[in-house]
Amino acid sequence: MDPSPIVEIAGLNHWFGKDAARKQALFDISLQLKRGSFTVLMGPSGSGKTTLLTLIGCLRAVQDGQLLLLGHELRGADNATLVRMRRQLGFIFQAHNLHESLTARQNVMVGAQVHPAVPDDLASRAAEHLLGLVGLAERVDYLPANLSGGQKQRVAVARALVGGPALLLADEPTAALDKDSAAEVIDLFRRLGAARGMTTLLVTHDNRILDRADRILTLEDGRIVADETRRGH
Amino acid sequence: MSRLLQRLLGRLPIGWLQLTHNRMRFAAALVGVAFANVLVFVQLGIMNSMGTAVLKPYSFFQADVMISAADANGLTDGGNVARQWMLQALADPDVTDGMGLIIGNTPWDRPDIDISLTTFGVDPAKPGFLAPEIAAEAHLLQVRDAALIDRLARGIRRDEAASIRPQSPLRFETQGRTLTAYSTFAGGGGFGGDGYMIVSDQTFLSLLPSRRSTAPDHILLKLRPGADVPAVVARLHRLISDPGLRIRSYANAAQEELTYQQTKRPTGVIFGFGVLIGVLVGLVIVYQVLSSDVADHLREYATFKAMGYGPGFFFGIVLEEALILGVLGFLPGVTIGASILTLMGKVTTLPLAVTPGMAVTVFVGTVVFSALSGAIATRRLAAADPADLF
Repeated sequence: MDPSPIVEIAGLNHWFGKDAARKQALFDISLQLKRGSFTVLMGPSGSGKTTLLTLIGCLRAVQDGQLLLLGHELRGADNATLVRMRRQLGFIFQAHNLHESLTARQNVMVGAQVHPAVPDDLASRAAEHLLGLVGLAERVDYLPANLSGGQKQRVAVARALVGGPALLLADEPTAALDKDSAAEVIDLFRRLGAARGMTTLLVTHDNRILDRADRILTLEDGRIVADETRRGH
Repeated sequence: MSRLLQRLLGRLPIGWLQLTHNRMRFAAALVGVAFANVLVFVQLGIMNSMGTAVLKPYSFFQADVMISAADANGLTDGGNVARQWMLQALADPDVTDGMGLIIGNTPWDRPDIDISLTTFGVDPAKPGFLAPEIAAEAHLLQVRDAALIDRLARGIRRDEAASIRPQSPLRFETQGRTLTAYSTFAGGGGFGGDGYMIVSDQTFLSLLPSRRSTAPDHILLKLRPGADVPAVVARLHRLISDPGLRIRSYANAAQEELTYQQTKRPTGVIFGFGVLIGVLVGLVIVYQVLSSDVADHLREYATFKAMGYGPGFFFGIVLEEALILGVLGFLPGVTIGASILTLMGKVTTLPLAVTPGMAVTVFVGTVVFSALSGAIATRRLAAADPADLF
């Protein structure tokens, strides 16, 4: 596994608004994420977790400081570069955001086919495999309207993982899942981390997950106030 | 359909799946596009038929050059021309023959309906100026009060017209005289009259005694084979000392009347405007459908953006939807449009039909305008900000 960090942040600041309404959301953030690691990001509402996640996820422009993702500097990167970088990431949102007119299989296929060279049949098989891993082998051709909230979230997990992302960014991915399902999903993240070197950065308040994290970062008022590395994982 | 599109596009047919997910809305969208198509077809059909009807009487005659009065914007329009200019024109070495053409309207009180026939007075001794079908019967016009009548005229039964032959002529009264129709030719009702009639110039002057043979409506000229028509027209302009006369090639005269009728006359402008309205209605309907579809799926599009899909992917989906609406809306549109035109043609005897050219034009127009609507609708995609998803 490549020993270089997948994410390197130094002196990152971020603001919202302009002039008098300008408000700083992140203050001098510096951190590194190792490949294959499983990091949990914690903090109260409004602490800057989401802002940090969207900056690492190439969904916002870096205003000040350095942010290297997979060795690429994101500050000043053009839109085409940001779009290309996003293809190497996996996103799981709190709301599943599945496409209502696509079946579970098709929703996951969309995640695979963001890479242009992936043909339909391969994307379909990969989708089926991932849906099987999240316990939805019997539901591959169901529309989201015919799935429960937990099942939809598991489809969203499969969609994020099917492209083989180098970095998985997840916002409360287990909120809609029962205890067993949540444990299975987290195990899956960890297995993929070990097997493929996938790094996971996850925002959660779920204590069941904290126990399984390699590292727990705590943000408050836009600053990292705690950085705890867990031994034994 | 889904598999076919998947093969054609090389990706999931998201546009198709999105459109067909809500079948009622999809059906309503198709009805809207079809309705716009029907509007365009009907207006185009009427405009086309106006063109056909305008050009029809020109097809009764064969000439190279036509001399008309300054205010003659059409065959049945404008003042008279002095016959002396025909004699003057014959002085040109390339002009081989000339004929005065007199035109008027003849009312015909039929038992069930009163009709009006646009009547042409011609010289039956000059069949070379007549279309072959009419020239073949021109000798019949040498008998006084003889006529050739339009078998497709409005108000004349088809079986009645079919029975008109030299052996079984049809006699009828008009303008206080009894005319005898010995044969027929194919004309058809137009926007100005119910049909046509051709008589000799002598019979014409008996029917309309106020007219003079020395002042026909137009002068038709025949040129030597191989003559340079524009050069002859230019020479005639110098030869004929009345600068107000319109001296044009026969083909140009027909084309100029068509342009005049379509762009200067209220009916032509109204039908042209109708086509524009149809196109705009179609554009608005497709835009509205696509635009609300994009708005309904903003979160999904934002998710796709977050996943790394670029602008081309979204444009592809919206274009796919636009083309599906355009193509599938066209099919009922052309069917209903053709049915309406056929029905209207039967009632009015106007040459109303969906021609292959019209169908291709409307199809291409529908697809292009649908794509244009799609391109405009993609502007709403800018509102899909993936950063808002977290």
